[in-house]
Amino acid sequence: MSVPLAGAGAAQAQGLAMKGPQATAVTLTINGASRTITIEPRVTLLDAIRDYAGLTGTKKGCDQGTCGACTVMVNGRRIDSCLTLAMMHEGESITTIEGVANGDTLHPVQAAFIEHDGFQCGFCTPGQIVSAVAMLAEGHALNDETVRAQMSGNICRCGCYPHIVDAILEAGKPS
Amino acid sequence: MNPFAFARADSLAAALAAVQRSPRAQFIAGGTNILDLMKDDVERPPILIDINALPLRTIEQRAGYIHIGALTRMSDVAAHPLIRAGFPMIAVALEESASPQLRNMASIGGNVLQRTRCPYFRDTATPCNKRHPGSGCGAIGGVNRMQAVLGTSEHCIATHASDVAVAFAALDAVLHIAHAGGMREVPINAFYREPGATPQVENVLAPGELIVGIAIPALPYGAHSTYVKARDRAQYEFALASAAVALDVRGGAIRAARIALGGVGTIPWRAREAEELLAGAPPTRASYERAAEVSLRGARGQGQNDFKIPLAKRVVVRALETVSA
Repeated sequence: MSVPLAGAGAAQAQGLAMKGPQATAVTLTINGASRTITIEPRVTLLDAIRDYAGLTGTKKGCDQGTCGACTVMVNGRRIDSCLTLAMMHEGESITTIEGVANGDTLHPVQAAFIEHDGFQCGFCTPGQIVSAVAMLAEGHALNDETVRAQMSGNICRCGCYPHIVDAILEAGKPS
Repeated sequence: MNPFAFARADSLAAALAAVQRSPRAQFIAGGTNILDLMKDDVERPPILIDINALPLRTIEQRAGYIHIGALTRMSDVAAHPLIRAGFPMIAVALEESASPQLRNMASIGGNVLQRTRCPYFRDTATPCNKRHPGSGCGAIGGVNRMQAVLGTSEHCIATHASDVAVAFAALDAVLHIAHAGGMREVPINAFYREPGATPQVENVLAPGELIVGIAIPALPYGAHSTYVKARDRAQYEFALASAAVALDVRGGAIRAARIALGGVGTIPWRAREAEELLAGAPPTRASYERAAEVSLRGARGQGQNDFKIPLAKRVVVRALETVSA
């Protein structure tokens, strides 16, 4: 489909810097590292992370905000990276599953997932873990019911929910 | 998604001017609805104007109302002390919507503008008068279990998808709308349009206008309110039927009531007749059942969604019993 560039020019005349539809340089801060990638505006944050920044831990499941496999944190808050544009997140702090551990030391949620066998095929696991890390920081009362409700945005088709809940409850215990 | 150009607006004036100059341009806030529709080829804007940098993210007490900036995220509205204390129905409606991730993304202004989840609207291979006026309605005579039973027409039976808009309807919220020439205020109960013969016209927002805030007028008994939502699973699902209710019960009688229904209407459905019936009535199950009956007056099922009519009545009763308990 053709894009009326006259429209873009008009917006520019109002002081807005128009990007695209061609690819342009965008700088994202992912796991503390600044990365400049060249993308079209239509590239989602998920595709930017996976296909342009090369961080393939974040998974593309449904690509429509239903499954949560693409969960990342932006400025510490969990979001579905498939339903937002990469260009909307310049200057923000993006954390993916690759940025959760402290060097070789697993994040307590990661360790608890291993301890409680919180996965089977593992496809949803990066999203589950990132979502759980953010969820624990949100300060909900921690019990089976609240964890299930607060993790409802992350689907596991292997059905590992009981172990996932156990892992999160353990990771959330006061140390 | 089709290619498009993108700009981040650094001021309200620049955002409004950009869309005024390029009428097919659209604003993007949380993006959870429009990007989903763009992936499905239902929406094809040539330009997106990112409004997230605009200073519209505060919730404040003003004279006679609480003002919610349109870019405030669903999760932040739900967590705000003024909302939780004064209008629990808003907090509950938000927390029972979508998923935690989506609630961190979606703006409150975008929420009230979200499009229907009707599968025919979202599937470009099927007819839909809302998406493609004149093409017909696939849901009438088709798969219509999730469709509306109130406010429908022979052209469209799509359900309005928002939960919190139902609470806003019950509370007589007022939308603050900016346009290139200034501002205007539209009560939410005058904002939505039933489909009639023009299902593509969903509200009175004019091209180039932007919702910048939502005002919740003071309601002393707003603290005695809740939102009850019946759905196919316990979390992360749209309503089959829902009710936002508030009750003012004093001296053994109901002084005033607010009732609005979701999941059953083509627009958030205010049940004023039921409210009038409750005023002065005793706070009993019998009163609530009469109110529920009146709330669904005129409801018309399409076969698969006939169950929504008795379900919605029970939801109204449950909600009224919950707030009066």
